[in-house]
Amino acid sequence: MTILVQLITSFIAAAAFAVIFNAPRESLVKCGFVGMLGWIVYFLLSTRGMDIVPATVAAAFLIAVVSQVYAKVYKAPVIIYIVAGIIPLVPGGMAYDSMRYFVTNDYNMAVSLAAKAFMVSGSIAMGIVLSEVINQLLRQSRLKRIG
Amino acid sequence: MDQELDIEQYLEEQYDIMDVSLLAGKIMLESGAETYRVEDTMMRIAASYGIKESHSYVTPTGIMFSIETEEPTKTKLMRISNRTTDLKKVMLVNSTSRRIAKGELDVPQAYRILKRIYASDETYSLHTRIAAASISSGCFLMMFQGGWVDFIPAVIAGGIGFASVGYFQELISIKFFAEFMASLIIGVLALLFVYIGFGAEPDKIIIGSVMPLVPGLLITNAVRDLIAGHLISGLSKGAEAFLTAFAIGSGIAVVVTFL
Repeated sequence: MTILVQLITSFIAAAAFAVIFNAPRESLVKCGFVGMLGWIVYFLLSTRGMDIVPATVAAAFLIAVVSQVYAKVYKAPVIIYIVAGIIPLVPGGMAYDSMRYFVTNDYNMAVSLAAKAFMVSGSIAMGIVLSEVINQLLRQSRLKRIG
Repeated sequence: MDQELDIEQYLEEQYDIMDVSLLAGKIMLESGAETYRVEDTMMRIAASYGIKESHSYVTPTGIMFSIETEEPTKTKLMRISNRTTDLKKVMLVNSTSRRIAKGELDVPQAYRILKRIYASDETYSLHTRIAAASISSGCFLMMFQGGWVDFIPAVIAGGIGFASVGYFQELISIKFFAEFMASLIIGVLALLFVYIGFGAEPDKIIIGSVMPLVPGLLITNAVRDLIAGHLISGLSKGAEAFLTAFAIGSGIAVVVTFL
């Protein structure tokens, strides 16, 4: 039941984000799907005891790979599909908690949470970089085969 | 005499190709494309019109573009002052540049098409986007393990927060201030809802409602620009994202002090 709710809400949230960014109408469902896929991977991994940093890398990587495939197939800029999917992974809750501790002068907790949020942001970047590397490798190997 | 006219016409044409490339670059940059895509598109357009060598240097706040011809190199500079997010325009310019590369469009045709894209309205009206922001706030609340009691409060706070960013930005064109005010309003609304018994957890409501303000496109673009080696663009987009995050955080912090 929880997973079903997560699937539906993440799909709607990602598609709604595509609307906020003025993505073309025909891409809304694809954006929603990319967002749903990324979020459910993150959700399952993190609730099954994996640390959130590797879980975020895995989810961001999957989002970026699916977006690259969509971009190739529909001949559209990859950014359209990536952005809506990435949003749920942004560590908003953690940044919020860290802010709360800063305000109440509990700097130890605040800094450690802020560092964690920073790590998660970095791992989103890491996931995107990894998929880009694979994309480049594939392109090069294809060129070599033809040439 | 004849030859002189030819040279004149030739020079004219060079400028036309430049204008098409620059217009394409301007639309893409203002609509939120990655820097490397802007540079790539401009150089591809120039190349498909027979310019052998062109150089472009794009930062989030300006475009420099020069083309090498037999005449002295021509360079133009274009200042970009307002940046919005309109992914549909990025896609339209992208497909126009593909058509140019295939040789389907001549220079005046391409210029006219790009002008039309530039002048076109945003894909969705402001009301639609506010509605989308409200719905996504509610959904994010559920994704972050909130309860259904807080769904409606998050929808309302998220919608008002997103609308107020636009409102304050029109009032005073300082983005930092608009985002600060929006997150302040979200925080106050969340506390108010819980105070009158309409909603249970102010923390979850705030986190869900703040999500539409998160600079997701900037973060993604900053990373992709840095990978592509556009260090200045990547860093400045990262700085913009950080500033936005800081504005949201400080707006919330003001509210949380009264918790």
